[in-house]
Amino acid sequence: MIPLSHFLILSALLFSVAVAGIFINRKNMIVLLMCIELMLLAVNMNFVAFSRFLDDTDGQVFVFFILTVAAAEAAIGLAILVVLFRNRRTINVDAISEMKG
Amino acid sequence: MDVKSIYLTIVLAPLVGAILAGFFGRQIGRVGSHVVTILGVGISTVLSLYVLKGFIDGDASFQFNETLYTWMVAGGIRFDVGFLVDQLTALMMAVVTFVSLMVHIYTIGYMKDDPGYQRFFSYISLFTFSMLMLVMANNFTQLFFGWEAVGLVSYLLIGFWYKRPSAIFANLKAFLVNRVGDFGFLLGIGLVLYHFDSLNYAEVFARTAEPGIAAATIELIPGHAWSMMTVICILLFIGAMGKSAQAPLHVWLPDSMEGPTPISALIHAATMVTAGIFMVSRMSPLFEMSDTALSFVMLTGAFTAFFMGLIGLVQNDIKRVVAYSTLSQLGYMTVALGVSAYSAAIFHLMTHAFFKALLFLAAGSVIMGMHHQQDMRFMGGLKKYMPITFITAWIGTIALTGFPGTSGFFSKDIIIEAVAESDRYGASVAYWAVLLGVLITSIYSFRLLYLTFHGPERHSAPGAHGDDHHDDAHHHDDHQHQGDGKPHESPWVVWVPLVLLAIPSLLIGWFTAKPILFDGWLGQAIVVHEKNDVLAELSQHFHSSAGFALEGFKHWPFWLMLIGFALATWVYLLKPGLSAQIAKVFKLPVRILNDKYGFDRLYQALFARGSLRLGNALWRFGDRALIDGAVVDGSAKTVGRFSQILRLAQSGYLYDYAFVMIVGLLLLLMLFVFGR
Amino acid sequence: MNIESIFQAVFSEAGVFYVCGGVLLVAAIMVITLRNPVHAALSLVLCFFASAGVWILLEAEFLGIVLVLVYVGAVMVLFLFVVMMLDINIAEVREGFVRALPVGVVVAGLMAVSLIVVVGAKRFGFESFGPPIKAAAGHSNTAEIGRTLFGKYLFPFEIAAVILLVAIVVAITLTLRKRPDTKYQNPARQVQVRRDDRVRLVDIPSESKKGGAP
Repeated sequence: MIPLSHFLILSALLFSVAVAGIFINRKNMIVLLMCIELMLLAVNMNFVAFSRFLDDTDGQVFVFFILTVAAAEAAIGLAILVVLFRNRRTINVDAISEMKG
Repeated sequence: MDVKSIYLTIVLAPLVGAILAGFFGRQIGRVGSHVVTILGVGISTVLSLYVLKGFIDGDASFQFNETLYTWMVAGGIRFDVGFLVDQLTALMMAVVTFVSLMVHIYTIGYMKDDPGYQRFFSYISLFTFSMLMLVMANNFTQLFFGWEAVGLVSYLLIGFWYKRPSAIFANLKAFLVNRVGDFGFLLGIGLVLYHFDSLNYAEVFARTAEPGIAAATIELIPGHAWSMMTVICILLFIGAMGKSAQAPLHVWLPDSMEGPTPISALIHAATMVTAGIFMVSRMSPLFEMSDTALSFVMLTGAFTAFFMGLIGLVQNDIKRVVAYSTLSQLGYMTVALGVSAYSAAIFHLMTHAFFKALLFLAAGSVIMGMHHQQDMRFMGGLKKYMPITFITAWIGTIALTGFPGTSGFFSKDIIIEAVAESDRYGASVAYWAVLLGVLITSIYSFRLLYLTFHGPERHSAPGAHGDDHHDDAHHHDDHQHQGDGKPHESPWVVWVPLVLLAIPSLLIGWFTAKPILFDGWLGQAIVVHEKNDVLAELSQHFHSSAGFALEGFKHWPFWLMLIGFALATWVYLLKPGLSAQIAKVFKLPVRILNDKYGFDRLYQALFARGSLRLGNALWRFGDRALIDGAVVDGSAKTVGRFSQILRLAQSGYLYDYAFVMIVGLLLLLMLFVFGR
Repeated sequence: MNIESIFQAVFSEAGVFYVCGGVLLVAAIMVITLRNPVHAALSLVLCFFASAGVWILLEAEFLGIVLVLVYVGAVMVLFLFVVMMLDINIAEVREGFVRALPVGVVVAGLMAVSLIVVVGAKRFGFESFGPPIKAAAGHSNTAEIGRTLFGKYLFPFEIAAVILLVAIVVAITLTLRKRPDTKYQNPARQVQVRRDDRVRLVDIPSESKKGGAP
């Protein structure tokens, strides 16, 4: 018998790892995108856990939608990355500071 | 005609004349202008004398107190146009219109070559209208309207030769000093409204009997309660001080001599400056309720009467001597008001109007004859060139100095005796002031006569033509005279008014003293409380004009007048070099007198320059530095500086933005988790 | 301690949870620390697999399978495509790693602590949320989801489809490169053609020959 709190703690830890990942891999755009996927995964975990323990399918349906949006977002993000790489020949975030104030 | 129409005609006829001459002056020409204005004022004069005669006959149908037109009602206050005509008004109307008519006729000759001829006539008619509105008012609003209107016309006339910088300086000075007085006046009217709930004379005077009105106090400085009536009366008198040129608001009158002589006669001798005296008399029910205010009035008048007369001793400009004489005589009238002898003040107002106007017009005639030379040091011996002017000037002078039997004698001596009789606080000081004033008056008046008409001719003395008072129109000396460059008598339009004014200067006092002063001819117009009624006391000694005149030879004023006459004759006629020696001995007093006690210098430095400097400082600091710099530019610069700092947050680097987002999220999280 | 008991322990509910959870966390840490992006992407794939395991444990079978099929099968493959396509200078993107590490660990640690305090056993343990109801034997999670998805959430479902459409359009628009030498049709231009551009009627006088045709 795994109580709900275990799943939630797992999700929280996963989220924190993803945040740390953003901090650490600040220059690598691909890993940045992967950390975003990790965060979404953590959130999905939360939803599924609650859906199970509250006996409500709505949570799972929501995961469905999150999955959809995450896929779309990953596609577009990678498209941007590709175009950027074509122009700059690097995925270093430092190189794209044109929007500085 | 019914009475209302008569009064309306009296007021409006000069206004019509003024409008026609002012707006259509070019179309109707010079002759048309003076015809239409003299016609207007002439009608007013005839009707005013008719009204006066009605009052003398005791015809009650001429009494009039009605509101003709309600201008507006605002917040429960009525602003009306209405007339109150009683004996006091009738007397003032007659004096104003008569002197105005004389001046109108005189102007035909005096301003003959002036390019602003029509404008001048328009202004003096307008003035007549304004003054009539003032004296005929039955409420404070119209009084104030007339008050301001005469101030305006005075400004326009003093600066008539507007291309002259000294004239512009003078008219602005007159207006601004008047403004100070008007400020006090307006405060007084405001307090009257507050205290009595009405601006109508009849209603206000009726309410003075109520016990609450007399006892009310007002705390202007917290903790010090002053009698409301005292405050009201002093404020109203401050207005009178401005208009009637009492010290310290007297400084504008000598400067007003920059205007043409006819207006010096009309406005600054006979009528406008007497508006203050008239106003206090009209307000006698109010002033009687405050002994303090009356003492203040009396002492102000006494100071002015004595000290201004002294300045007249050292003036070289013929008009300035008469101006300081006017100041001094106004002081006499004010002293009379201060001892509750209102009738005496009005009586002196009337007689003074005649002989002072006469003296001014005579001076004008001299100036004309001398081709606009105004400095007495370059006159002399004119009696053989200008006989009529000479004789009328002498008549005016003996009236002014109070030779027994002349009008001036009756009015001045009554005032002196009234002050002696009064037990008001400060009356003894005032008595010495007015008594010694007679001596001073005598000295400067006869000095003027001797320097101008008698003695050797100094017309071509060095400096005679260097500092002439040229007005713009008279650059050429080719008018009128016989071609020999010598002074000559003025045309009849100039000397006929002189004669017409000389007659009342001599005679009117004799016939009107008893009725006005002692028989209460002024009736309900003047209210005097029994304890203050000095004239009632004096009436016990006054039996007839003849008796009083003979008595006059035995009293001090006559002797002082003689001493003054003797002194003047000795110094200025018999031993001409003596005056220069006296001046050398009394150097300091002469210097103080020439400096006019420093009033002008003080006002110039303190108020004029002080205001300029204050304005400058406010501009530099308040406007430029504070508002423009700190507020307007400052706020823009602050926004700019702020933005510069905020800008640094936009580094352009993705990881910085992500960092900020995550840290913010973390802080919020921790706030919610641990902060509760 | 025999095979049986180990087997039972590992494949019990708790065992599956701890094994899958542990793999998940280790793989996540590998994602963020590995130098080679291809290795990182593969670690992410492992994360998803472990996650699917946890979800099946939570009786969300449909989602678990979808996670693997869609997420791993499509999205991660896309990631790997891109990673392998781009010529990445690894050294350049690794600079600043060591300097940022302590800050990152601190921030993440704080966040983890805050979150765990909230979701800890005190509030979400068995006292508050009872053990979940075991589903019946023939219960179909898919059918359940289907019923909810096409019933209550039909409209959001359609919107999600539109979002995917938009994503397609965006991706193509951003990365499309026109090749100059291909022949193609431009239907818009085709439709805009006017008769005057194509047909010109010319008047030629007829030549008459002897015995000409009508």
